Amino acid sequence: MKVLVTVKEVGEADDDFEIEGTDIAVSDLEYDLNEWDDYAVEAAVQLAEAGIADEVVTVTIGPERADETIRMALAKGADRAVRVWDDAFEGSFADVSSKVDVLEAVVDEEEPELVLGGVQAADTAFGATGVALAERIGFEHAAVVNDLDLDADAGVANVHRELEGGIEELTEVDLPAVLTVQTGLNEPRYASLRGIRQAQRKEIAAMDLADLGLSADDVESALTLTAMYEPESDSDAEIIEGDAGEAAARLAEVLRDKGVGA
Amino acid sequence: MSDVLVVSEHRRGELRDVSLELLTAGRELADTLGGDLHVAVVAGDVDRFADELNRPGVDRIYTVENGEEFDHTVYAAAVEELVDRIDPAAVLVPNSVNGLDYAPAIAERLEFPLVADVLGFEYDDGLTVTREMYGSKVETTVAVEGDRFCLTVRGGEFVPAEGVGDAEVESVDVEAPESGARVKGFEEVAGGDVDIADADVLVSVGRGIGEEENIELIEELADALGATLSSSRPIVDNGWLPKNRQVGQSGKVVTPDVYVAVGISGAVQHVAGMKGSETIVAINTDPNAPIFDIADYGIVGDLFDVVPQLVAEFE
Repeated sequence: MKVLVTVKEVGEADDDFEIEGTDIAVSDLEYDLNEWDDYAVEAAVQLAEAGIADEVVTVTIGPERADETIRMALAKGADRAVRVWDDAFEGSFADVSSKVDVLEAVVDEEEPELVLGGVQAADTAFGATGVALAERIGFEHAAVVNDLDLDADAGVANVHRELEGGIEELTEVDLPAVLTVQTGLNEPRYASLRGIRQAQRKEIAAMDLADLGLSADDVESALTLTAMYEPESDSDAEIIEGDAGEAAARLAEVLRDKGVGA
Repeated sequence: MSDVLVVSEHRRGELRDVSLELLTAGRELADTLGGDLHVAVVAGDVDRFADELNRPGVDRIYTVENGEEFDHTVYAAAVEELVDRIDPAAVLVPNSVNGLDYAPAIAERLEFPLVADVLGFEYDDGLTVTREMYGSKVETTVAVEGDRFCLTVRGGEFVPAEGVGDAEVESVDVEAPESGARVKGFEEVAGGDVDIADADVLVSVGRGIGEEENIELIEELADALGATLSSSRPIVDNGWLPKNRQVGQSGKVVTPDVYVAVGISGAVQHVAGMKGSETIVAINTDPNAPIFDIADYGIVGDLFDVVPQLVAEFE
């Protein structure tokens, strides 16, 4: 079967950052593969290694800058990549449905039997694209999967869904399906040097909306980011000053007052 | 079309707290829109849940009997049916693991814009919601176009509705298609020898520890303080500590007398599991780390400098 993995490049804010307009200044962001998607890539590559997946294709909505991140996914074992970008996305806050418009078009093209993606993107944290995509393309789905056992012959994925409070739901999901992957599902590998070299020769197909038969109107977002600010801290913490020794001594005093270590 | 539909959540026979919080959020929104507040109870012991949800401000409760536990096919079908009947402006769903298993699908089906993990909202000619980005480092406002929308609302942001209401309760038959995702059972994964929820003092280690071999340093601190060792999620994801040590939404909720967070930034999922601690101490290099917002005492510094000194203080 073919596995499609949704891969997002996300920015992580430095400890010190400036906000310019309605986003964090580009110079204060470190771009990387979204942590959750790293687990999804690993799951797909493991399926390929087990002989269950014939091909692992990644799909990314992102500008050319994202190629570096996509190469990391390729270096970890994905076979090829599709990257979709268009001027229409420039400066807009894409809503779930416009992302799904793009992903649906890619699914139509690629015809995967399984779509894997992270539970959420570390930057925008919606956690919604995978399940919305499943609805659109008529696939079954499961959100927040932290254990996956694919039975291709039976046409099902046996998954655990990680509920709150240390409870897991054991669910049998019919294929084709979209699964959103929780961290801890597996141990994402580091790219090997050989993998990194091979990734240079793998295809990243860059597409715009027209290539997918879509127009800017199709992906018009219903959401507009109108402000971004640092949340007001309602902290009344006593910040203990001084070098490590002084701070530790004062903290020890506080802890003893609370009866700790007695 | 100014009404609000709240979809409640329950699990294994218990209504989850977020359901009552959503009544407050839903009432607020219904007041601004000038509409009624409708509440859906789907599956399980619906009559008992309907009783618990019958709080002042709730206009109507719909019970949908269909199975015992959460099934996203049933939930989606029930919401679709109720939206068809009520024609609400807003559908409010908990931003929970189960909420995120059907809300995006139903928003897509109804063609309602979706905003996830909502902290608050204002309505003035249009809806503006407040939500976080970049791992809680920033807050944003998002304007939603149109007059219908679906929101998943974060737990713990609205006070739970209290009191006894006089809502009408109506049973609704919903025919759901056969589900292609079948729940086979549940598993408790946080069991084992230690119950961190019983500890009076917890020393909790997070991503800032960097390497597995450094965990030893935090074990020394826990020993020196006579405390129990716990952790945030990444430590358990990496397999450095067992699942029963994890504090947070998907791990244990703890309320010790003293909680010492070492190298933990304080992501919302972690904070949900420990904010009820009596005294919270945080050691972290990042002065903007959200953990300091809920800490009583903080040291902004490198744990590798501070922790050995602190161990020495107690030896």
